[in-house]
Amino acid sequence: MASVSVEHLVKHYLVHQRPPGILAALRSTFRRKLDTVRAVDDVSFNIEEGSRVGFLGPNGAGKTTTLKVLAGLLHPTSGEVRVLGMDPRSRPVDLLRSIMLVTGQKQQLLWDLPPVETFELNRAVYDVARIDYTRTLDELVTLLRLEDLIRKPTRQLSLGERMKCELAAALIHSPKVLFLDEPTIGLDVSMQSIVRSFIRSYSDRHCATVLLTSHYMEDVAALTPRVLVIDRGKLTFDGALSDLVRRTRPDKLVTLSFSSPVDPALLAEVTGPAMESSPFHAVLQLDGATMKDTVARALARLPILDFKVEDAPLEEVLADFFAKKSAEP
Amino acid sequence: MTALALEPSRRGGAARFAGVVATLARIAFAVAVAYRSQFLVWILATNTPLVMLALWSSVASEAPFGQFGQRAFVAYFLVTLIVRLLTGTWVVWEMNIEIKDGTLSQRLLRPVHPFLVYAIDNLAAVPLRAIVSLPVAAVVLLTVARSELTRDPVLWLVAALAVLGAWLISFTAMLAIGSLGLFWESSIGLWDLWFSLYFVFSGYLFPLALFPEAIHRWVSLSPFPYTLAFPVETMLGMTSRADALEGLAKQWAYGLGFLVLALAIWRRGLVRYAAYGG
Repeated sequence: MASVSVEHLVKHYLVHQRPPGILAALRSTFRRKLDTVRAVDDVSFNIEEGSRVGFLGPNGAGKTTTLKVLAGLLHPTSGEVRVLGMDPRSRPVDLLRSIMLVTGQKQQLLWDLPPVETFELNRAVYDVARIDYTRTLDELVTLLRLEDLIRKPTRQLSLGERMKCELAAALIHSPKVLFLDEPTIGLDVSMQSIVRSFIRSYSDRHCATVLLTSHYMEDVAALTPRVLVIDRGKLTFDGALSDLVRRTRPDKLVTLSFSSPVDPALLAEVTGPAMESSPFHAVLQLDGATMKDTVARALARLPILDFKVEDAPLEEVLADFFAKKSAEP
Repeated sequence: MTALALEPSRRGGAARFAGVVATLARIAFAVAVAYRSQFLVWILATNTPLVMLALWSSVASEAPFGQFGQRAFVAYFLVTLIVRLLTGTWVVWEMNIEIKDGTLSQRLLRPVHPFLVYAIDNLAAVPLRAIVSLPVAAVVLLTVARSELTRDPVLWLVAALAVLGAWLISFTAMLAIGSLGLFWESSIGLWDLWFSLYFVFSGYLFPLALFPEAIHRWVSLSPFPYTLAFPVETMLGMTSRADALEGLAKQWAYGLGFLVLALAIWRRGLVRYAAYGG
């Protein structure tokens, strides 16, 4: 059963445009120039219960707007949206009790009070039984390592600490659908890793549906086997992450390490041109058809200490994908 | 996390509602205490009735002005100060900021109507205001102008409901104007207009009885006297029981009317909400 269903979603904004300067400001007082921005333009997709999906696209592509429509904050210009079978526009209580939108840039934690007060507030408004609340909170505190944080005023926590507490506050009522908008933004590498593994564990244990936007490709690679790519409001890809990589950058990167120095001429003769090379290592970009023969030749003729085969970095894959889409008529 | 989906807490609707209200009130009180210095400044800034008291007492020092002698002015403005401190609200500013910067989204995500949360946030500050300011005002009132207060218990009962009604009109009018921020980006200008009319027609600057009769009659038709002058005059026994009960009915009709209006504007405005930021 689809947890999230979106049919021909369109969301337009009217945006006031004004050039700089006092005269322009005065003129705009009497006559405003309004432009229509097509933030989301005829987007359709379904997400099955319990699955994790990445929502990718450049800034201003329409990702956050779509999440806000799904969470009931924005009303669509047209199209049909259903989350857990309900229309988010009317904000039914049953739906609000079953979903959560977490954004890395806006917080629900009460700024002047310790996070535990926000947890207590959410326990009351989401009507979580005390026994369940205590158990869930204990588990969240352990998994996210919050013991020392939840009784300090929120304003005195670091960004990473606040983000962990945000996640805990968002999950007190065990939502079945999680919309995560840049949940690891501004976090250091180890904190990103903790948050990522926590989200995966939460989704697996609760069979929770996750729709995630992130500019960190590690988030996407670690969490979401399926991705939706949106660009200028239009959905341009919906499928497995591996398919996106294969379609956009079919070449593999092969890194060779040598046990003794290799002459550049010999390297060129055996493998063809390298992307980068030194006496002790070389990086080759090879297509699927020639890779097997090239690697076999290298193993036979070069002092190979180690080698690894990788897909192109996801950042590059996406950059290529968007560049190709922009070039299309 | 073993529970796949948490069970609701098996309490009845009323008990659950009471629990939500109690938690919201406790947390709103904690927030009010967190801002205690700012709060004290706000209370001290609500000093207009004291300025008016000094001004009008001096005017009436030699002879009564209209029906008001010096003692009557003292009683009027001290009661005005007490009612003002108990009925003050600030939700229109809160709504305008939250609509503009998108913080309103966090309220909309929760399964509790934001109007209820705003109401509790505002009411939770009342006890703190009362603790800080009421004893001083009450002692001065009782020592200087006790004879001006009504001795009719029915009027005191009406006055208690009228103070609540005054808060209700101020709060729901602010909700209605604040909700217009969903259409206009900012509705503070309209609130400023409301507040300028309130200043003149609520009895804040001078007792409404000092208006010429024709103007007084027109002013009585507006909601402004019910936000301040009505409970003040009731406490001072300036009205009969029958007029007080009629006034109470009108006051609550205004309060509920503004609430219906605010809900209608809010509902239509949410369609336009842009949820900027984040």
